Amino acid sequence: MPEMTLIEAVNAAMSYEMAVDESVVVLGEDVGSNGGVFRATDNLQQKYGELRVIDTPLAESLICGMSVGLAAQGLKPVAEIQFMGFIFAAFDQVICHASRMRNRTRGRITCPMVLRAPYGGGIHAPEHHSESTEAIFAHVPGIRVVIPSSPARAYGLLLAAIRDPDPVVFLEPKRIYRAQSENVADDGQALPLDVCFTLRQGSDITLISWGAMLSETLQAAQTLAEQGIDAEVIDLASIKPIDKVTILESVEKTGRCVIVSEAAKSGGVAAEISAIIAEEGLTSLLAPILRVCGHDTVMPMFKLEQKYMPSVQQIITAVSKVMEF
Amino acid sequence: METVAKFEIGYSQSLNVSSQLNISLEQLAGKGISAAQLIEFYRTMSLVRVFDTKAIALQRTGRIGTYASCLGQEAISTAIGNTMAAEDVFIPGYRDAATLILRGTKMEELLLYWGGDSRGMNFSKNTQDLPYNVPIASQCCHSIGIGYAFKLRQQPRVAVVVCGDGATSEGDFYESLNAAGTWKLPIVFVVVNNQWAISVPRSKQSGCQTLAQKAIAGGFSGEQVDGNDIIGCHLKLQQAIDSARAGNGPHLIEAICYRLGDHTTADDASRYRDSEELEQAWKEEPVARLKKFLLNNQLITDQQLESIQQQCSTAVEASVQTYLNTETQTLSSIFEHMYQEMPAGLRAQLTQLESE
Repeated sequence: MPEMTLIEAVNAAMSYEMAVDESVVVLGEDVGSNGGVFRATDNLQQKYGELRVIDTPLAESLICGMSVGLAAQGLKPVAEIQFMGFIFAAFDQVICHASRMRNRTRGRITCPMVLRAPYGGGIHAPEHHSESTEAIFAHVPGIRVVIPSSPARAYGLLLAAIRDPDPVVFLEPKRIYRAQSENVADDGQALPLDVCFTLRQGSDITLISWGAMLSETLQAAQTLAEQGIDAEVIDLASIKPIDKVTILESVEKTGRCVIVSEAAKSGGVAAEISAIIAEEGLTSLLAPILRVCGHDTVMPMFKLEQKYMPSVQQIITAVSKVMEF
Repeated sequence: METVAKFEIGYSQSLNVSSQLNISLEQLAGKGISAAQLIEFYRTMSLVRVFDTKAIALQRTGRIGTYASCLGQEAISTAIGNTMAAEDVFIPGYRDAATLILRGTKMEELLLYWGGDSRGMNFSKNTQDLPYNVPIASQCCHSIGIGYAFKLRQQPRVAVVVCGDGATSEGDFYESLNAAGTWKLPIVFVVVNNQWAISVPRSKQSGCQTLAQKAIAGGFSGEQVDGNDIIGCHLKLQQAIDSARAGNGPHLIEAICYRLGDHTTADDASRYRDSEELEQAWKEEPVARLKKFLLNNQLITDQQLESIQQQCSTAVEASVQTYLNTETQTLSSIFEHMYQEMPAGLRAQLTQLESE
């Protein structure tokens, strides 16, 4: 079983599916001979040719809108937006077309496309290269939003996203693109969509996070364990739709919940999870739900970005508050 | 300074405003348009005009919602429908009744759509054509994906995409032209320049002398045609489609016509448009122009004209009855087709709604 980083797993999943399914095409800026600025599409053009691995003009709306057209013709486009900060030019195509083509044609035309983008802070990148705006997409009916947090989940979830008959926005936490390697069987096995992954069993408190922030969350859980607090850690993974069952069952068991996200706090996915628990799991709660999030500011330029991102200590502090309530 | 590139934009017209054809009927037949076909052109344009009038009446009496009239655009729309092959893909804007009807869309489907029922875009015949596109120019990007799919699969098919003059100001329009030229895709872009984007006239839309020249920046050819001239539109469309099918890449046709009606039934063009301009435009409109030609050349009799009118009215009435007799979709239809499989959370919302 080969050791892979998250970015290598993304590459392996696309390569696997391109080999077994001729209808899969990859497109985006610099995805061809350059293999993508993060090397997500490394060697794909050499393996599958220029017609199927398409260097597009520098035009994000085109990339997404073209994918809608490719999908309408029965192809399975896997489009890359180079950074999430540049995805908004394509947002119209997501919200007005990709997300509703199936619905507004009563299933006559469908949109089995994947829109991949690296997202999130922590890599000392220039402006517009560090945002976490997944909540904006999570608000759009008709799409799925998926965020992997490990090489194995990146591989299995991307395969599932490509095979899914509906559009999937697949956001890759670029801070952990190369942070860890693990053995991933390149066997074409997809993971299920629409479900959370419980990474650590615990009985005292439920910690929910996704993407790169799971590193801090798991570290916090480790430290808390040393203090005698047994935290359950859930990787949300499916930002839309949210797997309520896993979350509510966990909170029913622990009675407490802290949600960790590097996105701006207001109107975010953490708020949605809080609302789900408040609506359907209130009687399980022994303490208020707390959110450890980024702030309602512009993502600061990189000299201060570590101050913006939630820290292990902030998570531990929030958990302590909840435990002491 | 040396000139490194030179471009020109042509304008063509076959049937002029006085209904004179610039070639003989024999020559026209040699180009593939027989007298019988001219009558069919007239029949389609008349049908759409009856449909249009009826649709506006249905809106005024509350039986459909806001409707965007095709009045004045019958010639270019008919030409597109008649020159596309069945296996080609049509990517419409939202004033394309003639093209869609010629491609097999039923008038009752169009009425369902304007009547607020999503089944209207579930075309029963032309199943690969895209639905009406309400956001402006975004459909041009879809045509790139469709044209690219044809190229990838080496299929001799053509995508024809329609947008208006206002759409040529949108980023999606430029992005699409640029991509079509880059990849030499089998796409025909038709800009139906009806002179008005709601209340903004063509003169305020762009400093470009022509809209057709925008194709030049995309790396391919563009030209203007008299959009009130069904014969000129047909010949130019046929040429562009044949060329795209033969692998010669994209082409843009700017059809110069006039929006004889309001933008939609929710608009009142008299607020911003001179009545003299409108009166002048009525003198150039496409249906009367062809009718006069057919009569002048004894290609049709008054009796035949009367009979066509009658048949159009009967067909439209039948579609209206079918539309009015169509039962509203069930509540669950709102939730259906959001995804192939309804996610659990969505199903719970549906169950809740159904229990209320």
